[in-house]
Amino acid sequence: MKDDATAPADRSAGLKGLGCSRKRVEDVRFTQGRGNYVDDIKLKGMLSGDFVRSPYAHARVVSVDKDAALAVPGVLAVLTAQDLEPLGLHWMPTLAGDRQMVLADGKVLFQGQEVAFVVATDRYAAADGVAAVEVEYEELPVVTDPFRALDPDAPVLREDLEGKTEGAHGARRHHNHIFTWEAGDREATEAVLGEAEVVAEEMIHYHRTHPMPLETCGCVASMDKVTGKLTVWGTFQAPHAVRTVASLISGIAEHNIRIVSPDIGGGFGNKVGVYPGYVCSIVASIVTGRPVKWVESRMDNLMSTAFARDYWMKGRIAATKDGKITGLRCHVTADHGGFDACADPTKFPAGFMNICTGSYDIPVAYLEVDGVYTNKAPGGVAYRCSFRVTEAAYFIERMIEVLAIKLGMDAAELRRINFIRADQFPYQSALGWEYDSGDYHRAWDKALEAVGYDALRAEQAQRLEDFRAGKTRKLIGIGLTHFTEIVGAGPVKNCDILGLGMFDSCEIRIHPTGSAIARLGTISQGQGHATTFAQIIASEIGIPADDITLEEGDTDTAPYGLGTYGSRSTPVAGAATAMAARKIRAKAQMIAAYLLEVHDDDVEFDIDRFAVKGAPERFKTMKEIAFAAYNQAIPGIEPGLEAVSYYDPPNMTYPFGAYICVMEIDVDTGDHDIRSFYALDDCGTRINPMIIEGQVHGGATEGYAIAMGQEIAYDAMGNHKTATLMDFFVPTSWETPHYTTDFTVTPSPHHPIGAKGVGESPNVGSVPCFSNAVHDAFRPFGLVHSHMPHDQWRVWKIAHDLGLHG
Amino acid sequence: MDKIPVTFTLNGETVEGLAEPRMLLIHFLRETLGVTGPHIGCETSHCGACTVDMDGRSVKSCTLFAVQASGSEIVTVEGLANPDGTLGVIQEMFREHHGLQCGFCTPGMITRAWRLLQETPNPSEEQVRFGMAGNLCRCTGYQNIVKAVLASAAELNAAKEAAE
Amino acid sequence: MIPAGFEYHRPADLAAAIGILQQHGDEARVVAGGHSLIPMMKLRMAELGHLVDLRDIGELRGIGIAGGTAEIGAMTTQHELIGHGGLASALPVLREAALQIADPQVRYLGTIGGNVANGDPGNDMPAVMQCLGARFRLCGPEGEREVAARDFYEAAFFTARAEEEILSRILIPLPPEGTGQAYVKQKRKIGDYATAAAAVIAGRDSASVAMTNLSDTPVWSAEAGAALAAGHVEGCVEAMLAAIDPQEDMRGPIPFKKHVAAVVLRRAIGAALARRA
Repeated sequence: MKDDATAPADRSAGLKGLGCSRKRVEDVRFTQGRGNYVDDIKLKGMLSGDFVRSPYAHARVVSVDKDAALAVPGVLAVLTAQDLEPLGLHWMPTLAGDRQMVLADGKVLFQGQEVAFVVATDRYAAADGVAAVEVEYEELPVVTDPFRALDPDAPVLREDLEGKTEGAHGARRHHNHIFTWEAGDREATEAVLGEAEVVAEEMIHYHRTHPMPLETCGCVASMDKVTGKLTVWGTFQAPHAVRTVASLISGIAEHNIRIVSPDIGGGFGNKVGVYPGYVCSIVASIVTGRPVKWVESRMDNLMSTAFARDYWMKGRIAATKDGKITGLRCHVTADHGGFDACADPTKFPAGFMNICTGSYDIPVAYLEVDGVYTNKAPGGVAYRCSFRVTEAAYFIERMIEVLAIKLGMDAAELRRINFIRADQFPYQSALGWEYDSGDYHRAWDKALEAVGYDALRAEQAQRLEDFRAGKTRKLIGIGLTHFTEIVGAGPVKNCDILGLGMFDSCEIRIHPTGSAIARLGTISQGQGHATTFAQIIASEIGIPADDITLEEGDTDTAPYGLGTYGSRSTPVAGAATAMAARKIRAKAQMIAAYLLEVHDDDVEFDIDRFAVKGAPERFKTMKEIAFAAYNQAIPGIEPGLEAVSYYDPPNMTYPFGAYICVMEIDVDTGDHDIRSFYALDDCGTRINPMIIEGQVHGGATEGYAIAMGQEIAYDAMGNHKTATLMDFFVPTSWETPHYTTDFTVTPSPHHPIGAKGVGESPNVGSVPCFSNAVHDAFRPFGLVHSHMPHDQWRVWKIAHDLGLHG
Repeated sequence: MDKIPVTFTLNGETVEGLAEPRMLLIHFLRETLGVTGPHIGCETSHCGACTVDMDGRSVKSCTLFAVQASGSEIVTVEGLANPDGTLGVIQEMFREHHGLQCGFCTPGMITRAWRLLQETPNPSEEQVRFGMAGNLCRCTGYQNIVKAVLASAAELNAAKEAAE
Repeated sequence: MIPAGFEYHRPADLAAAIGILQQHGDEARVVAGGHSLIPMMKLRMAELGHLVDLRDIGELRGIGIAGGTAEIGAMTTQHELIGHGGLASALPVLREAALQIADPQVRYLGTIGGNVANGDPGNDMPAVMQCLGARFRLCGPEGEREVAARDFYEAAFFTARAEEEILSRILIPLPPEGTGQAYVKQKRKIGDYATAAAAVIAGRDSASVAMTNLSDTPVWSAEAGAALAAGHVEGCVEAMLAAIDPQEDMRGPIPFKKHVAAVVLRRAIGAALARRA
C-alpha cells in the first residue's frame, strides 16, 4: 500500500511513550514565569479577604467589635460566626465526619483559629481591617498533651459534642476522645506476645509536622449574580470533591458551581482539605457580589491549615530467639487537634495505619488507634502519604531496629529473614490487606550490594574503635529501611471520602488530524501529569505524546474524579487513561479493518498503526484512522473517536523500596553530615524515569527535613513555636544530601500497565532511614530509641545522656 | 497614606505606577504591573520565590518597598527568555535536567542562577549549592537544580568561547 | 504580613537624614538593607510613622584601609564586604563571618551598619566588632562621636546610639601582622542565627574573644582574652562560659547551648591559632 521505511524502533521512540524520559511540557511555561497560580488570578472588581486569628489556644470569645475595622478605608465587610449562622455556614463538615468552626463560634480551640473575616478592596486594606477588629477573649485551660487530654478532669474542648457518646467512627469514651479504631486479632496477638521467646517494646512518636508547599492555600470565589453561577479557583487537590461538598453545604445546585484548580505550587496533602478561607470567600462573594480572593500567609499556613502526623505509637513485637517475628501489636494515641479534619477514606479514620506490618511476614497482629482532641490546629492530613502509611512505615522500621537490638542481630539480616517471600504474593496480611506483588529479597540484596554493606559495617567498626581511643569525635550511622506502601485509593467498595467513591477518570478525544486532548479527574501539583499521562496514551494508541494536550482541574470540562493525593493518580487515573485509550484502540481497529478491507481480527496493533496480520506493509496509521473516523461513512460505526473511562481499581498497589543512608554524627555539636543516601524504588512499570527520579529526590528531601529537624511545636500554653521558616526547618540546597537512585521492576498484576505510583515512597521510606542512621550510630553505646526530629540539640542530648561528653 | 510615583526599568523597559510607601515591591510587580513570574512563598525573606534582580543584585522583593526600587534596573524571569521567545539557556537547562516540578520556586531560582553565573561563570557544585541557598524548593531536592545550573554554566561558557 | 502605613523619606545626605530624625523623634526609623526592620514591620511588631531610607547617602559608603585602621561605611553591604580584596587580606575574619550571615540575596542588601547597629543579639557582626576592638562613629544633631563596640550594646535592641543619631562608619584597628583570626558559627541551616558562634583573634601575646547569640548582647570577655593570650585555652573557655547567659529557644535548651558555646569557641581558637603566623 505504501512504503514506510521508518524502523519500528524509531517509530516507537517518536511516540515518547512509556519508559521515555520525556522532557516536561509544563516547563516551557513555568521557566518563563508563565504559570497561572491562584494568586496570579486578577478579576475585575476583585476584593481581598483576610482573617482575624486567635492569639490563644483555648479561650471563650466574649465579643467581636467590628466598628473600628469597618471605619478603615477600603474595608467593606467583617464576617463573624454570627453572620454565617443564618446561612448554616458557621460550621462546616470535615472530611473525617467531624465538624469544624468556619469562624469562632463562642470559643477558639487553637492558636491561629479563624475568628473574623475582613473583606476589603485590596490586601493592604484587609490587613488594616484585621488589625482594627477588637476581640475580647476569656482564656480557658489549655491541653496540648494528648495523653493528658484523656484525663478525667481534662478541660472539655468540644462543648458542641458534650454528652455525645457516639462519634462518626463509633463510641466516644471521654469528652476529648474522638474514636477508637482497630484491626487484626487482639486475643491471638496477646497470646503470641505472652508466650514469645523475645518481646521488644517501645513508644515511637512520629512528631507533628506540616506539608508546607511553597505556595500556600488560597482561592478566588466569584458569584455571578446574573447567571447564578459560582466559580471558585483555588488550591484544590480534589476539585470535583470540592464541588460536590460545596453544593451539599451551600445548597447551590452542583451544575451551578464550577471549581477550577489552576497551576498548584505543590500540595503534598496540604490542599486536600476544605478550609474556612474557602467558605468565607464564597460567602463574601455572595454578599458583596464581587469576586473575593483569599490567600494564606506562610504563618497562617503553618498555624492553621493541615498539620501532619502526630502519632504516638506504642509497639510490642514478638520473635523467636533466632529472629523470626511471630506477632506485632500497636496502640496509637493520635493527636488530631481541635477538630478531626483528617482526609482519610471514611472507613479508615486512622488511614492505612494497618499497613504497619510492613514488608514482613507477621502471622498475627493487632492495631488499635485512639483519636484525641487537643488545643492544636486541626489537620492530620496525608502529607506526601497514603493516609498514615508514613507513620506505619516509621513504626515498623523502628520496631525492627529495636528488635534487632534486643536480639543482638544485624538489622539487615533480621529484615531479610522476615521479608514476605516473592512466592507468597498475593499476600494476605494479618491486618487485612492483600499485597498485590513484590520481590523484597531481590531489592534488598541489590541495595546492600550497591552500597557495599559489609565494607560499610567494617568502616563503622573501625570508626567506633577510633572514637573509643579518642582519635575522633564523629560516629558513623548506617540507616536501613525496607518499606512497603499501599497507594492508589482505591476500590470504591472500601474507599470513599464523605461518601464519594474513590475511582478516577480519563476522557480522551482524538481530533480528525490525529492529535488529541485528554482530560482527567486528577490535578497535578508538580508531578508532571501533562507529560506522563500523555505518554501512557502514546504507547496505548500510537499517537505521539507531543500531539496530546492534557487538561485537569476544571470541573466544567474534566470528568469526575477524586483528585491527586495518596499517590493515587497513576494507580487510578493512570489506569483510567490506559482503559480509555484501549476503548479508542478497539474502535480504531474496526475502522482500520474496514479501510483495509479485512476482518477486524485480521488486523493487529503495531506501535502507531494497525496492520494486516502477516502483511505489515498493508496498514493504516492512527492519523489515517482518526481522519476516517470523522470523515468517512463507515457502516455500523458511529463517527468520531473518543472514549471515557471511570476506573474503579480492584485493589490498591503496593510499591516498595530499600533505602540506605550513611551518616556521620558529631557527638559534641549534635550536627550531622549525610555521606550518602541510596534509594532503590520499585514502583512497578516506570512511565517516565526522569520524573520518577525527581520524585525520589524531592520526597527524600522532605523526609530528610522531617527526620532531622522539622516540626510543628507548641509550648504548654498552646503557643505555636514554629510559624515561620526561621524555626520550621526547610532545608536549602546547602544542607540537602545527595541521592543515588536505583530500581527494580515488579509490575502490579492488576493495573492495566503495571504501574504502582511513586510520589510518596521517598517520603515514607526516607524518614525511618535517616532516623535509623542516627540510632545506629549510638547503638553500640546502648541507645534503643529517641524521638524525632533529630535536630542538633536532641542528637547532642542522646550523646550527653549516654555519657559521651565525658 | 498618599500614593507616590514609582518608576524603574523592568526587563529593559521603563515602567511606572503609583504605590503607597508601604507597598512591597513583590506586590507592586505582581498586582500593579501584572508581572506574576516572581511568587510569594514565605514573606519573611527565607524562601526566595520572590527573587528579582535589582541593579545587578539578586534581591527578595518581599523585603523591599516598591518606592525603594525607584530609579533602579530590575530584571525578572520574564526578561530571561531569548528575544525570539525561545527559552534562555538557564531556562532550557532547567527543563532539560528536570530542575523543576510544581514550578513555584522556578522563577526565583532561575533569576538567582542568572546572577550567580555572571559573578561566578565557572562554579563548582559547592559554589552552586552555596550560591543558590537563598532559594527554597519543596519538590526537587535541589539535585537537578544544581545539575541545571552547572549545565547552564557549561553551555554559556561554550557559547562565549564560540563567540570569541 | 502587611506593614502599616508610613511616610517614606530618601534623604541625599546625612544632615538631611538627621534632620528628619530630629523632626519626627521616635516616630522615625532609619532603614539600611531592611532585612531586620522590614520583616518586623510586616509583622506589625515595628510600627513607625516615618521611614528614612539611607540608600542615597554617599557619605555612608566606601571602604578604606589606611594608617593601621580599616574604615567601613555603614551602608557597605555584606556582599561588598565579602568581595573586597583589601579587607579579605587585612581582616579575613570579616569575610568569614559575613559568609555565614543569612543567604546570598540577604547579603546583597544587608549592610554591616544595620547588622551592628540594630542591637539584635542574633546578628553576627557585633561580636566580631567587639573581638576586633572596633569603634562606631555616630552622627547626630550635636555632631560626631565615637563609641567602642565593646561599650555599644546595652540590652537586646538597646544600644548607645541615641534616637537621632545615625551610625556612619565603623573603624577597625588592624591586628598586628600574623594575628590569627577566626569566626566559627553553629547554626541549624543557611539563614539561621547562631546557636553559638565565636570570634577569636590571637597574636603572639595578645588575644581577644567574643561570642554571638549567647546573651542579650554580644559577649566579649577581657578575662577570656587574657587567658588565651597567656596560652590557656581552657581558661579562656571557662571565662567565656562564666560570661554568657544563653536562653532556651527552638535551637535548644540552655545546657546544650553552653556545651556548644564551649565547642565552637575551642574550634575558633584552634582555627585562629592555626592561622597565626
